[in-house]
Amino acid sequence: MATRLGGTFWKRALQAGTLAIAVCFTMGASDAGLRFNDLGHRLMCTCGCAQLLGECNHVGCTESGRERAELSAAIASGLSDQDVLDSFARKYGATVLAAPSTKGFNLVAWIAPFAVFLAALLGTILLVRHWSVGRKQQPAETHTPEMDALRERIRRETDAANGGF
Amino acid sequence: MATFGVLALLIALALAAYNLLAGTVALRLLATGQPARISPERLADTARRAGIAGFIAVSGAAFALVWSVFANDFSIAYIMEHSNRALPAPYKFAALWSGQEGSLLLWAWLLGAYGFVLRLRHHTDVKLYAYAGTVLAAIQVFFLAIVNFAAPPFALTQGAIPEDGFGLNALLQYPEMVIHPPMLYLGYVGFSVPFAFALAALMMRYPGEKWIKITRVWTLTTWLFLTCGIFLGMHWAYAVLGWGGYWGWDPVENASFMPWLTGTAFMHSVMMQEKKGMMKSWNVWLIFCTFLLTLLGTLLTRAGLVSSVHAFAQSSIGTWFVVFMGIVVAVCIFTYILQRSHLKAEHQLESLVSRESSFLFNNLVLLTACFVILWGTLFPVLSEYVQGSKVTVGAPFYNRVAVPIGLFLLFLTGVGPLLPWRATSLRAIRRNFILPTVALWATVIVCIAVGVRPWSSAPDGGFDTGSFYALIGFALSASVFTAIVSEFLRGAAVIAKQTRRNLLSSIYLLTRRNTRRYGGYIIHIGVVIVVVGLSGAAFNKNVEKELALHDKMSVGPYTLECVGFTQDSNPNYNSEFAMLDVYSGGKKQFQMTPEKRVYLASQQPQTMVAVHSVPGWDLYVVYEGTNPDTDQPIIKAFLNPLVGWLWAGVVLMVLGTLVALVPSLSPSTATPKVPALRTTPAEPVLNPTDQERSLGALKGGD
Repeated sequence: MATRLGGTFWKRALQAGTLAIAVCFTMGASDAGLRFNDLGHRLMCTCGCAQLLGECNHVGCTESGRERAELSAAIASGLSDQDVLDSFARKYGATVLAAPSTKGFNLVAWIAPFAVFLAALLGTILLVRHWSVGRKQQPAETHTPEMDALRERIRRETDAANGGF
Repeated sequence: MATFGVLALLIALALAAYNLLAGTVALRLLATGQPARISPERLADTARRAGIAGFIAVSGAAFALVWSVFANDFSIAYIMEHSNRALPAPYKFAALWSGQEGSLLLWAWLLGAYGFVLRLRHHTDVKLYAYAGTVLAAIQVFFLAIVNFAAPPFALTQGAIPEDGFGLNALLQYPEMVIHPPMLYLGYVGFSVPFAFALAALMMRYPGEKWIKITRVWTLTTWLFLTCGIFLGMHWAYAVLGWGGYWGWDPVENASFMPWLTGTAFMHSVMMQEKKGMMKSWNVWLIFCTFLLTLLGTLLTRAGLVSSVHAFAQSSIGTWFVVFMGIVVAVCIFTYILQRSHLKAEHQLESLVSRESSFLFNNLVLLTACFVILWGTLFPVLSEYVQGSKVTVGAPFYNRVAVPIGLFLLFLTGVGPLLPWRATSLRAIRRNFILPTVALWATVIVCIAVGVRPWSSAPDGGFDTGSFYALIGFALSASVFTAIVSEFLRGAAVIAKQTRRNLLSSIYLLTRRNTRRYGGYIIHIGVVIVVVGLSGAAFNKNVEKELALHDKMSVGPYTLECVGFTQDSNPNYNSEFAMLDVYSGGKKQFQMTPEKRVYLASQQPQTMVAVHSVPGWDLYVVYEGTNPDTDQPIIKAFLNPLVGWLWAGVVLMVLGTLVALVPSLSPSTATPKVPALRTTPAEPVLNPTDQERSLGALKGGD
């Protein structure tokens, strides 16, 4: 009974955890100001300063002001986040997006780290299990000549010590 | 001076080449026992002396460049491009590493300096040091060949010599830039030494783990320099770039972080080799990879393969680096294949839940983090090759992928020290983990109570990933901190009982008896504090406003009032700055003067951020310039929580590393003094685990 309850608990905990993680990656901002801030941190400034559009602040930047205005206009026109990102990518090229998209070959960028981590984790666990199982299955060598000699020596020395009393 | 510098570099190259050739011949003769006209020992010693002389020659070249900067010798193109007459003296010194040629000369000089110390200490193990010195000479030949032929720092200015130079890059004119690059380079170059020892030990089938003990101080010192270099760079980015952050996952930042990760993994896994004779091949490859990553970092940023806000110099030295890295990889693989039978493990892991396996998982996570960063840094190049177009891999990618891995690593930081070597029981796990678990959940409850609620933290009331990660970061930090502190207290309590010292004195003695272990724990506490500082970034706030005279803006508990804006000028730069009175609780607290400079020689602008730091947060104010229509200053104010913790954590990491570098007290000096003719009261019975742990602490071990 206790095991069944424990199993249910862990099952529920796992489901809740999965849901929480899924929620993390699916929620987004809805207010225009918040969307501007959010999208500003998903786009790059195109002047070559390698900064996020939302953080580009260097003097004399010829691009960020115009791009910010375009971003505000796109949000005001009612485009969805993805449409805004797509329109920027069409106009400025894929490098304007601060992270690779999740389409086509770019999906590899997202999958590879987790795949490598999981493969390495699994490999390590299997390796450790293999080592520990291998060790347990090894019969203890109780009658090697060295062990016999050591046993004999201990017997002699302890006999001698007992004899002293 | 240019001629002197050129000659010094040529002599240095000749000496390094002699060191390499004579060293190789001598070691070959020693290995094969072939008869020769000159004894191999004497030949090896001449090679060693050539290495020492080579350092003096490179020092001469470095001196010549610094002298030329101070003498405003604009006949040298490098000086013309990176200095000017009005440049303050400390920054003239920094001109040495502000460009491609100078920074490569600095690399060669530091390598020479490391080699100099190594060759002076050759009595420790003459043969091993001779091998390692020869490997270092090979690396030195490469760098000296570059500064002699591909990127010469003493190349002369073409055409008429100008009256003044172009000046130093504006971003580099900041106090930390005088120490950040040398620190980073000391870290980068320093990994050449453990690499040289590892390769040398493998080549000569060096018996035992002594080479690891010999290189321990080198590795730790190098790691310390790299850590300081990385964090100084973060602080520079925070104070100069004016974007309110300190880490932007820029390729140059990534390039410095990757060898740090593999170096950290190496420092953990060598303990397995020392204690258990395990992971020998793994350790050798870890240090090989660390060295290769230092070269790759230079290739990525200096050869223009990826663009970066930190890459102040780019040129066509990429081919040199690719060829050299190819040679290094080939030598490493060849030596490994030839000598791999020498690297057989003496023991194997016995349990999945043990200190050994925690080291293994720690290495796994560190290397995965390194892979993620390398993958993200190189993916634009890969994408261009596959799709024909580049993509950007910026902060959003790393925040999603690397942050969870970092949190898992933090979890392991707490778990590892609580697991005993070999194997453990469920009961022991329960006993050791109960306090950290309580601390974890208590922190979660406290955080939720004070308002860290990820499910409603987003400004629109939705789920906020940043505060979710921050909550996990705080909770894990508290848990790990509790685990480490309880380790200290457990050991100190036993010493206090044995020696009748007070707790503080016992903690001191405990640390002195095993500086490596407890120094490591202090580093871990530093890491925990750094994580708390990083977690604070989830709650950053910022406000931007155009301020007329006596206009106000508010951020967090502060109200900023513009009480003036003015201009200043000196021979080096013109500046504009705003004067802001800062109010809190209705009272004026202090004044801040964010500034914007334009350097005259280079006509480059630079932000000078005003920061007011308290333990809870930083008030960070940026003068963004003036609105051309209204001529009024635009001010951006950030409230960055817990940033100070980041720097405090680094100080603790440095302190812990220094503690770990101090030799432990030998058992004879550590013997507790029990007063004579006094009956020692019976010790209260300790549970076996406590006794074992304390014994371990007293005897040594990790």
